Amino acid sequence: MDRLSELAEEILESLWVMTVEGDNVGCLLTSLKVTPDSAELQELVQLAYVEVRGDRVYLRKEGRMEAQMTVRRHRLAERLTMDILGMAGDEGNDQACAFEHLLRQGVDTKLCTLLNHPTTCPHGNPIPPGECCISAQQKGEPGIVALTELKSGESGEIAYLAASDDKKMQKLMSMGVLPGSQLVLVQKFPSYIFKVGHSQFAVDDTLAREIHIRRPL
Amino acid sequence: MSEPEKSSPKVVLVGNPNVGKSVVFNALTGAYTTVSNYPGTSVEVSRGHCSIADQRYEILDTPGMYSMMPITEEEAVARRILLNEDPHAVIHVVDARNIDRMLPMTLQLIEAGLPVILVVNILDEAKRLGMQLELELLQQHLGIPVIGAIMRRKIGLDQIRQAIVDYAMVPYTPFIYAVDLENDIDKLIRLLQGDYRLSRRAISILLMQKDDDIIQLVAECETAENYTQILEVVREISFRRRADLNLQISLERRKVCKQMLTGVVTQTIEDSEPFAEKLSRWMMNPVTGTPILLFVVYFGLFKFVGGFGAGTMVDFFEGHLFENYISPPIVGFAEQHITANWLFELLVGEYGVWTLGIRYAVALVLPIVGTFFLIFSVLEDTGYFPRLALLVDRLFKRIGLSGRAVIPMVLGFGCDTMATLVTRTLETKRERVIATMLLALAIPCSAQLGVILGLLSVEPRALMVWTVFLLLIFLLIGFLAGRVLPGASPVFYMEIPPLRCPQLRNVAVKTLTRMQSYFVEILPLFLFASVVLWAGKMTGTLENVINIFAPVVKLIGLPVEVTTAFVFGFFRRDFGAAGLYDLQTSGLLNLTQLTVAAVTLTLFVPCVAQFLVMIKERGIKTALFIFVFVTVMAFSSGWFLNKVLIVTGLLA
Repeated sequence: MDRLSELAEEILESLWVMTVEGDNVGCLLTSLKVTPDSAELQELVQLAYVEVRGDRVYLRKEGRMEAQMTVRRHRLAERLTMDILGMAGDEGNDQACAFEHLLRQGVDTKLCTLLNHPTTCPHGNPIPPGECCISAQQKGEPGIVALTELKSGESGEIAYLAASDDKKMQKLMSMGVLPGSQLVLVQKFPSYIFKVGHSQFAVDDTLAREIHIRRPL
Repeated sequence: MSEPEKSSPKVVLVGNPNVGKSVVFNALTGAYTTVSNYPGTSVEVSRGHCSIADQRYEILDTPGMYSMMPITEEEAVARRILLNEDPHAVIHVVDARNIDRMLPMTLQLIEAGLPVILVVNILDEAKRLGMQLELELLQQHLGIPVIGAIMRRKIGLDQIRQAIVDYAMVPYTPFIYAVDLENDIDKLIRLLQGDYRLSRRAISILLMQKDDDIIQLVAECETAENYTQILEVVREISFRRRADLNLQISLERRKVCKQMLTGVVTQTIEDSEPFAEKLSRWMMNPVTGTPILLFVVYFGLFKFVGGFGAGTMVDFFEGHLFENYISPPIVGFAEQHITANWLFELLVGEYGVWTLGIRYAVALVLPIVGTFFLIFSVLEDTGYFPRLALLVDRLFKRIGLSGRAVIPMVLGFGCDTMATLVTRTLETKRERVIATMLLALAIPCSAQLGVILGLLSVEPRALMVWTVFLLLIFLLIGFLAGRVLPGASPVFYMEIPPLRCPQLRNVAVKTLTRMQSYFVEILPLFLFASVVLWAGKMTGTLENVINIFAPVVKLIGLPVEVTTAFVFGFFRRDFGAAGLYDLQTSGLLNLTQLTVAAVTLTLFVPCVAQFLVMIKERGIKTALFIFVFVTVMAFSSGWFLNKVLIVTGLLA
């Protein structure tokens, strides 16, 4: 099967967001900014992914999977540009749009595994799970999450400290907050309070985001 | 330093904050340094002496440090001692409950070739948590003297004294880390040729971690050629290991510690959550913590300091003792025997040394400051402040500070001068400047607070206006400063010590020490101020200064007489407030005027002592800027408030 063109992917993505996640029934041609005879729309119609009735485009059952995966790639790309590459705002968005089209033939799986199967994009929208996420879940891999994701009273092992501020990390390490230590989250608001051994520490959300916890099985 | 002191051997106390170093220091020397349940309160190094078996030792108490690699200013101070002094013994004090995370620093000290004695303190609380410690075994593992102690009850003191006398340096066998790490350490050790006080192994590891002070030290101790070569190797290693060098070192040390602690610690299951733990939770939860804070502020600050200190105590000292018994004979004596008018004025006149100096200092200010310090010491001893810090962190972030700044802010309600000194413990320059400015502007010190509360409490509405307006100014200026001043916003992290029941003796000594240092610091200033004011009055300079200020004072709707209070206010903040008190009793001010005057005076330029400390801590430029800003801010706020009050008729 030939790859979809980038523009066709954009259409699928918008359709998914508006009709599956949103409550629209079909999508106006005008809001997709396409004409009935434009090449990218025809491409999708031929694959039977979508159908055009009147002035609206509908996502067909056959196209659902492809649309879902396109959205997934876009949101994974956002995680990559915003979280890992540290690009914010419009720049992050633009780069994510460019990246998403490269995430094919297993690259998305690899990225997803690297990012530890994230479930939401930086804007908080759900990332549809891929096969890798499902199999990881079935294997019962504990998963590593930031301290901010833990619930009060939950415990786990410190997996690693992400070092955006070297000095602060060293301080935490010298206080005994080290990978391999058991940690219990006591409270989340107004500050994160956790216990390591017999000591309690308070950190703000900036630091809490950098302490990564391996949840117990 | 004098000669005989140099010859007495030195004993250095080191350790994490809040493990009882200062208690050990006090027990050894009999002197008193402030012991607190707040991490990081001692910034200075305390020195004292003790004699054991006819030998005199100099004891040095250092600020808390977590590792040999300093991060904050306090830690740098502590390590400088280890780098520069030649100690007979280094006593590492650790908290038995957290021995597993404090032992890595013991390793580092041993590794540095220092003569270490390990004191495992707070054994009683560890026992309560179900921990059993075999310290004999730990001593064998580590190869250094290990002493168990409960220093609060002086248990273990004799053993420490004995260990100091008996100390004999034994060559240590280094703890071995992972092979690849050892290779890199070895590479550097071979290159080092200079003479170092710390072991070459320790120097090498700190070099790899790119410790600035150590790089500096190596530059001084090595030949230029060798130094460049060393830097080359360091650069190569730290680049190759850029991802996780610090982490790997920490983990390796942790591994060694685990070996050291095998068989040493046994933990039995602890029973139900004690009450202290519950209370601690309530304090940290905003829903329950806010009422607790209000409770503390209302009863501690308002009722006890404002009501009891500034009311009952001052009435007794000022109104009863001085008015009836102490002042009349003195003034009478002066009237009879002193004929020269200038001398009479200097001593017992309106601005005389007696009237304005001693009477104010002893009868008016000391009771207020004393009661404040008492409350502060109790709260400090319980460990409430770190909990308050995490509670207000989010709010403080809005004004460019972190929760850490809560200590200088609260202390500011006692004495802004002391608080300005304590801003040193804040981590970034930006935070220090913002905190200094807010202290100068919107935090009234206890003496001022006491008098103002006394003045305004007759009319709750006025007190309300004063409180709300000051709070708004505090938040507004903080918010703007946080926006305007460059720099990243601070990151908050803090160790939360367990809640403790305050110890009567501890609190008493702490309060008295603080009162004493406050008194020693202010009495000369009071006297100085009264002499200056007297000279000003006699020469007419005071009148000129007052005349310059008078139009501004009139502009904000106040009678000219208030100017005197403002000018006095600069010599002591509380002078100003006390001046208002006199004006109010003589009926010169209506309610609106009183409120406007109180607000302006609270915001107005800090007292001369605080200004001097600002110059010392922040530099003349910043201090002058703050001075000018605060003055302008005070009068324009006064003007604004006056207009608002007149238009709304709120206090008519």
